[in-house]
Amino acid sequence: MKNICLYFQVHQPFRLKRYRFFDVGNDHYYYDDYLNKHILKKVANRCYLPTNDLLYNLLTKHSGQFKVSFSLTGLLMEQLELYSPEVIESFKKLASTGHVEFLSETYSHSLCSLSDPEEFASQVKLHREKIESLFGVTPTVFRNTELVYSDSIGEQVAKMGFRTMLAEGAKHVLGWKSPNFVYYNVIDPRLKVLLRNYKLSDDIAFRFSNRSWSEWPLKAETYLSWLKSTPEDEGFINLFMDYETFGEHQPVESGIHQFLEHLVQQIVKDPDIGFAFPSEIADKHHSVGPLSVPYPSSWADEERDLSAWNGNEMQKEALNKIRSMRNLVIQANDPDLTKDWAYLQASDHLYYMSTKFFADQSVHNYFNPYNSPYDAFINYMNVISDFFIRLEKKTNRIFYKGVSIEELSGGLLENAIKDYEGVLKALRQRRGVEKKVIDNKVVSTQKSTVGKSKPRSTGKI
Amino acid sequence: MFGWEFPPHISGGLGTACYGMTRGLAYNQVDVIFVVPKSYGDEDQSSVKLIGASQVPIKRRTYSFTKGIPGTQEQANESHPYEMTYIEVGSHLIPYLSPEEFQKQTHEHLRSNTLTINDIDLGTEASSSISSEVVGTLDFSGKYGSDLMQEVSNYALVSSEIAHEQNFDIIHAHDWLTYPAGIAAKRISGKPLVVHVHATEFDRSGENYNTVVYDIEKSGMEEADLVITVSNLTRNIVISRYGINPDKVVTVYNAVEPGNDDSHGQYVKSVDEKVVTFLGRITYQKGPEYFMEAAHKVLKSTANVRFVMAGSGDLLRKMIRYAARLGITEKFHFTDFLKGQDVDHMFAISDVYVMPSVSEPFGISPLEAMRSNVPVIISKQSGVSEVLKHAIKIDFWDVDAMADAIYGLVTYEALPLMFRRYGREEVNNLKWENAAFQIKCHYINLLYPSNPMP
Repeated sequence: MKNICLYFQVHQPFRLKRYRFFDVGNDHYYYDDYLNKHILKKVANRCYLPTNDLLYNLLTKHSGQFKVSFSLTGLLMEQLELYSPEVIESFKKLASTGHVEFLSETYSHSLCSLSDPEEFASQVKLHREKIESLFGVTPTVFRNTELVYSDSIGEQVAKMGFRTMLAEGAKHVLGWKSPNFVYYNVIDPRLKVLLRNYKLSDDIAFRFSNRSWSEWPLKAETYLSWLKSTPEDEGFINLFMDYETFGEHQPVESGIHQFLEHLVQQIVKDPDIGFAFPSEIADKHHSVGPLSVPYPSSWADEERDLSAWNGNEMQKEALNKIRSMRNLVIQANDPDLTKDWAYLQASDHLYYMSTKFFADQSVHNYFNPYNSPYDAFINYMNVISDFFIRLEKKTNRIFYKGVSIEELSGGLLENAIKDYEGVLKALRQRRGVEKKVIDNKVVSTQKSTVGKSKPRSTGKI
Repeated sequence: MFGWEFPPHISGGLGTACYGMTRGLAYNQVDVIFVVPKSYGDEDQSSVKLIGASQVPIKRRTYSFTKGIPGTQEQANESHPYEMTYIEVGSHLIPYLSPEEFQKQTHEHLRSNTLTINDIDLGTEASSSISSEVVGTLDFSGKYGSDLMQEVSNYALVSSEIAHEQNFDIIHAHDWLTYPAGIAAKRISGKPLVVHVHATEFDRSGENYNTVVYDIEKSGMEEADLVITVSNLTRNIVISRYGINPDKVVTVYNAVEPGNDDSHGQYVKSVDEKVVTFLGRITYQKGPEYFMEAAHKVLKSTANVRFVMAGSGDLLRKMIRYAARLGITEKFHFTDFLKGQDVDHMFAISDVYVMPSVSEPFGISPLEAMRSNVPVIISKQSGVSEVLKHAIKIDFWDVDAMADAIYGLVTYEALPLMFRRYGREEVNNLKWENAAFQIKCHYINLLYPSNPMP
């Protein structure tokens, strides 16, 4: 029996409002509440609520035969609580059926796994706590932001105690190998890696409503026959996609919901094929071999790499800036700053700065509030500048040319000493002058008779 | 092809565009006869056959005139008929002046009251009088004409003569000053007329447009078999404000001649601050005051920047006073009109180039800036914003956005890096060869309508 592993990613970022450089230092609220609420409500009405209803009916009707898994980012859960708590309720209802698995991921939908193991671990912890508090379950399977995976990220995930992780079944990773087997991490073989079958996943997620596609209109029967036509010894197929596929990326009018419903019913009816959670697949199947991914892969764009987030200089600069602030955020230990930092780390802000697809921006433009990548960069950097000023103030750190004193070294350190010595010298001189003036005044007031000449205020600097 | 200027004798973007276009056409194996009001002899004739209207051996003609020059003695004798024995087509068709300004400028040059106006103001009448009243050779006195309209119609007279003598398949006229010439040539030769709209009267004057100019533009477009506009922005104006059939209006974007790569080395920037430049005529159309207001905002937040307003125009003095009132003259500089090497120099030391035009049919200067590795901020109300990707686009009135973009470019190092990497590449791909190829296709479609090319 072949198993279908259906997994949906649910995420919305806190989009930034138009933030000009003259707001820096004056305005410490960065988010476009109206836009965020508007988008969230729209997606909730077109996708989250109707699809959840549909899945709930299917889950209760085919108890135990139909299974589905989700990962919800921390930022999404926060936004739902703010603007659309009924969606949280409907996810809770899904969870109550017992046939839904929630996966673990980064709280902020961030790329911290690439550079900052400590931040990575702390975000995963934060996310787990949020899932536990909302749905009363503890995730055991990990999926990283945008399905980013590499050998070393897998190692970090294994260290956090996970034994299963999802990744993209990218061609440049797999070569001739099939995604429909379990593999293990080369550094820590205890970690099993489940790979996305991108062909069959994208047939639904990207091509379903495309009228120039040779398979349009896609019927559930046809799709089922594709699933079943995979080789006998391949025990499962991983279909991973954005949850927004159902009603947003593929519009409601395209019949995507009906397709999903029929597909599930057909599979349930068919004795040769069924559903499974990622954790079950990892338990049931032995890994067939190691998977070597020295350079990070992802599920984005044709390249399935990181170029959508760090492909150009602007993105690299922004990423470096936000990363470099971690220690200050921890030192500041301020709830507002911590929260902003979580929101600002979302990879979406970097995605908006991508110049990769000037020609084909259809996917990149989805809910993109900016006219151009340049626009996105300037706005983000303005926000970051203000955020940095707040950090500086809160931590009372002294900075020399943008570097905190504690991190100064080498020539820069020498320069700083020289500069500050110069300033000190000037200050001492000033003190000398000041003292003289005061002395003189004391003398003059003593000389003058009763308060006729008021002491003039000394020139303040 | 009828133009009114050709490098090196140019006063605006049109001469440059004509130059690039003729070179591009030559590349595409199209022979061009380029007619300008007066050729100096030092123009680059490698790819075109350049004919100055003043060099054309034209026979002397006699015309009757009824009108005098407004504001001069002749006006008093308005009804008195004059006999005119020469036609002059000097080099003073000045592209960016309204007829009123032109008259003001040339007034001081009026040397004698023997100058008269002919009242033939459009090509139609001009051509008919030519064909009937030929008596001698056209005598160019070199004196200035009394008003722009006379120049335009004189040019039309000459053009019809050229149309007689030369062999050609298509007539291509650039902007309204040459439309009457184009129409005249069409009437004489029966060949199809293409008018090329680089700017309309609405771009030059806003809503206070000159109705005479408007009429000339409209009749040129109506008479034309094909109207080429430099952007969709202009195309929409041609369709909506001039009522031209959309089917015969097409957009062909301008391009830029590849520049020499190493011109940068010879110029040294002498100030530490970043330099933000506005370069163009200082007129209402170019939006200089928005640039200044943005500069004011930026200077409030950062000292590491200087602003330069390069160019001259009727708003220059007002702008200088405005800068003084805002108290930013210390960091805001004026250069007056720049040309040739000075322009290269200005680009070489600039860190940001801003074109805040209120209305810009195309706007070639941002391309020149990008060619010199200078990041550009352009208004969405410019035709060039339709083709550029690696530029920051703002609404001309959105001073906040403009200030923000300037601040971003001078503050966040990665941004200029990006522009250097992609901008130049993008501009180098906007080749006149390609634009000229499109024009050639349109020519062919006009000549052989049964076999349309894409």
